[in-house]
Amino acid sequence: MALATIDAATKRGVLAVQEYALLSARALGNIFRKPFYRSDIFMQADIIGVGSLPIVILTGFFLGGVLALQSASTLTQFGAEAFTGQLVSFSMIKEIGPVVTALMVSGRNASGMASELGSMIVTEQIDAMRALGTDPLKKLVMPRIVATVVMLFFLVILSDAVGILGGGFVSVSMLGQNGTQYFNTSYQSLEFPDILQGLVKPVFFGFIIATIGCYYGMKTRGGTQGVGRSTTQAVVWSSILIITTDFMISRFLIGIFGR
Amino acid sequence: MSGNAGISGGANGATPPPTSSTPAEPIVVFDDVSIGFEQKPVLENISFQVRSGEMRILLGPAGVGKSVLLKLTNGLLRPDSGHIFVFGQEISAMREKDLFELRGAIGTVFQEGALFDSLTVRDNVGYRLSEEHLSEDEITARATEALRFVELDGTLDKFPSELSGGMRRRVAIARAIVTDPKLILYDSPTGGLDPITSTTIIELVMKQRDISHTSSIVVTHRLQDAFILAMHHFNLAQNRMELLPPHQTDPNTSFLMLHQGRLVFDGTTAELIHSTDPFIKEYIS
Repeated sequence: MALATIDAATKRGVLAVQEYALLSARALGNIFRKPFYRSDIFMQADIIGVGSLPIVILTGFFLGGVLALQSASTLTQFGAEAFTGQLVSFSMIKEIGPVVTALMVSGRNASGMASELGSMIVTEQIDAMRALGTDPLKKLVMPRIVATVVMLFFLVILSDAVGILGGGFVSVSMLGQNGTQYFNTSYQSLEFPDILQGLVKPVFFGFIIATIGCYYGMKTRGGTQGVGRSTTQAVVWSSILIITTDFMISRFLIGIFGR
Repeated sequence: MSGNAGISGGANGATPPPTSSTPAEPIVVFDDVSIGFEQKPVLENISFQVRSGEMRILLGPAGVGKSVLLKLTNGLLRPDSGHIFVFGQEISAMREKDLFELRGAIGTVFQEGALFDSLTVRDNVGYRLSEEHLSEDEITARATEALRFVELDGTLDKFPSELSGGMRRRVAIARAIVTDPKLILYDSPTGGLDPITSTTIIELVMKQRDISHTSSIVVTHRLQDAFILAMHHFNLAQNRMELLPPHQTDPNTSFLMLHQGRLVFDGTTAELIHSTDPFIKEYIS
């Protein structure tokens, strides 16, 4: 009995991975096939990108601030508080900026995508779309993937900048540090591999957020309860995958560039 | 009823039906089709045809697989075995990409309407036209014409949530006929509606049958709707349906009946009424 349960669960897991891979591959293939649904891409970019600006700016600013606060208290013990700017910019650009921004966008948009598409599934709107001759993967999934990848990339850059600014504000106004020194160490310590790491991650994270959100939305079953379940699963799995992928990308790029 | 014309959108070339059928060829052919879900058979060895201009009314108890059969007809589901031909093309062997093109010539009215709730009535009805990149003016004109057919031409800017259940169903019919399809699939068009609204919807279905002569499959479990369709015809001059003379039924309307996943009846109204099959007798009594 237990063996049969494990067997069934494993099969479900493998099937889910296969379905997810197929959905992602077909949606990606649609990027290069007409029609392109440009207006849908711009609409999603507005919802995902512009709509996420307030939370990204707020979290970025306070994260930078708290990083400065925490690191300064430790660095002071070694008389190295001058390196606060370097630590904040390193942390923000390589890790905190991409990961926290992605988690914020995931919480806001992966759930939104899963619930929106899930509702369309349970009310037969997706079937109606297919019956009207439109591929839902092209019309609904592809624009969300493109918009999330592009917008998350810029949101992360913004979050990094606001975070460093927040760290600077705390360092100068609360810790009494020199502002010029803070921004000089922030800027001068950065090298190409650091920037690259910070810019590669949002591309993967954006893809994860959109594909997981759409996947759980498109496989919704069981009415409004099913929509709720899909929404929760989308946020849980996109968050897990973001953190797992973050580790793998970091390990890979550190392996190549040595930092 | 105040509308006075059928929909004819094909003339301006917006929706060239991807059809290779000829008038003599059946529009739909089911050949020994079976389908099941999770190892449980739902439909078994289903074979029937829909000829050009013909209306097939599909009867059967709830949950017998009527909606599944409709979804097989427009390729939303694929059969486990057997062959399905629509407009002479075997859709059971077609790629999804090619099916999207074919579905442009099939109108589908879903059980609950399945209108896009974030689009206005105008955008819902004109959805297919906007996918074909028609001009905004033409989309509005065609959507208005289709809405006039279902007598809802004043609702262009409303959202589905602002409409009653019956109005939503009529908008769904307008969306299905706006491209002048060669085949319309009605999935329980009167399900959950009050008797008066149901009659209005059935009248619209009849109007489309008798004015535009569109082939159709009508799924219903309401016998009264089925017999209204079989025993009335639409009088365009008076713009309302009329009872046919005694002992006459509409020659283009015939019945299919499903029971326990199998097709237990395929014939005319008279054959249905005089059937000696115990299940059919009990069902129509």
